[in-house]
Amino acid sequence: MSAPDLFVLAEVSENFFRDRSGGGCIQENKLFCPGWVVDNADRYVDPTLQHLVLVVSAVAAGFLIAFTLAVLAHRHRWLSSPFLAATGVLYTIPSISFFFLLLPITGRGAVTAIIALTAFTLQIIFRNMTTGLRNVPTEVTDAARGVGLTKKQLLWQVEIPLAMPEIIAGMRIATVSTVALATLAVFANGGGLGTEIVVGSNITFKTGIIVAGSIAVLMAILFDAMLLLTGKLLTPWTKVAR
Amino acid sequence: MIPPNIAALGLFGDAFDFVFNQQEAATGGVMVGGPEQVLELATKQLEVTLLALGVSLLLALPAGLILGHYGKGEFLAVSVGNAGRAIPELALIALMAAAIGVGLFNLVVALAILGIPPILTNTFVGIRQVDKSSVEAARGMGLSDRQIMTRVELPLAIPTIMGGVRTSAINIIATATIAPLAGILTLGDFIISRNVYGDAGVLAGAVLVALMAITLEMILAGFQWGMTSKGLKLQKS
Repeated sequence: MSAPDLFVLAEVSENFFRDRSGGGCIQENKLFCPGWVVDNADRYVDPTLQHLVLVVSAVAAGFLIAFTLAVLAHRHRWLSSPFLAATGVLYTIPSISFFFLLLPITGRGAVTAIIALTAFTLQIIFRNMTTGLRNVPTEVTDAARGVGLTKKQLLWQVEIPLAMPEIIAGMRIATVSTVALATLAVFANGGGLGTEIVVGSNITFKTGIIVAGSIAVLMAILFDAMLLLTGKLLTPWTKVAR
Repeated sequence: MIPPNIAALGLFGDAFDFVFNQQEAATGGVMVGGPEQVLELATKQLEVTLLALGVSLLLALPAGLILGHYGKGEFLAVSVGNAGRAIPELALIALMAAAIGVGLFNLVVALAILGIPPILTNTFVGIRQVDKSSVEAARGMGLSDRQIMTRVELPLAIPTIMGGVRTSAINIIATATIAPLAGILTLGDFIISRNVYGDAGVLAGAVLVALMAITLEMILAGFQWGMTSKGLKLQKS
């Protein structure tokens, strides 16, 4: 299967400019044409949904993997450095480059984009989680052992809940960054809001860029607020302590 | 269709070949790839990255240092960091190119917008986290505010500040890959203009960009190690 070439869409964009209402604003490609946005709001529905899928899948997979790695590194301290180094390399490789490194293996599409975005989130979540687990006071873990908790109970009932603020902080950073990065998924043919910037209309069409960019920023803010709220709900004791 | 595992080796081989030998473009006519073009585009990517990183440092480091020292503008420093993460790189570059125009200056401005937030926030946080007793001791010894900032707070905050600089460098070099959209040809051109360079060029570009980012990150990690004072290193181990 060959991907549509990103920049050979001249005919599409010509039609695009002719068909749309909004008159002079579109022809002159002014910074922002509200009339066009009202008429064309529907074209952003699919890309937004695709964007949501990309972000949620990548962050969920990233969380599961990083969580496992962090628990392993917490139990066996020597694993911490190699995990940090490995996730560091994955974090450093630019996503857009990662998409195409995967090209011979997974081809083009949303799966490739999700793998690359997941790889990006690992370090952020892993580092925050290990810091959170390490910062649990020794008196607390000693006390928990003293009342007879097993290692497993200690982890799930004491250490992870106490590390929750750090874990949530990591999830917020990872999620917000991923929402922004997922606009690049279009280069891997992975859909998302980037489609509306690069392929959907025309890369020089300002209103289109602003709308797609704004939806991405809005999505990031909403995810951030949701995670903040989740964190508050998961750590009711922090309210009392304050 | 060729089985993916065999195709994988083949394509990596083609990418290798693309870097070392010129070949005819997929669109025909011109010759592309080869060491000369690779070097040219890589140099451009590095140039753009270092310029933008330099501008970000020049603006964010003094601002973070002063705000942190006087404990002012915490809300600003922290929200800039949060907001910076939410900026979609692609939209920023595309909008800068479409609204203001293509060219090196506009590109560097756009990249600096991505580079400033992590440095500003980390510098602010790093300076705030410096032990107040160290600052008081320095003041007692008769150091001026300026001396306290440069000789006490800055060295003690280096690990945190460099964390920000590294994040910023990664953001910038990654985004410099889509610079061809703003009219500056970097290694990203191999990736974006697939119709010209073919899959071999795309993969070669991806590998080169990844190597470049990792090398830059390692160099900055080395800088950080070199700049961290002996006392701080001892404390850690």
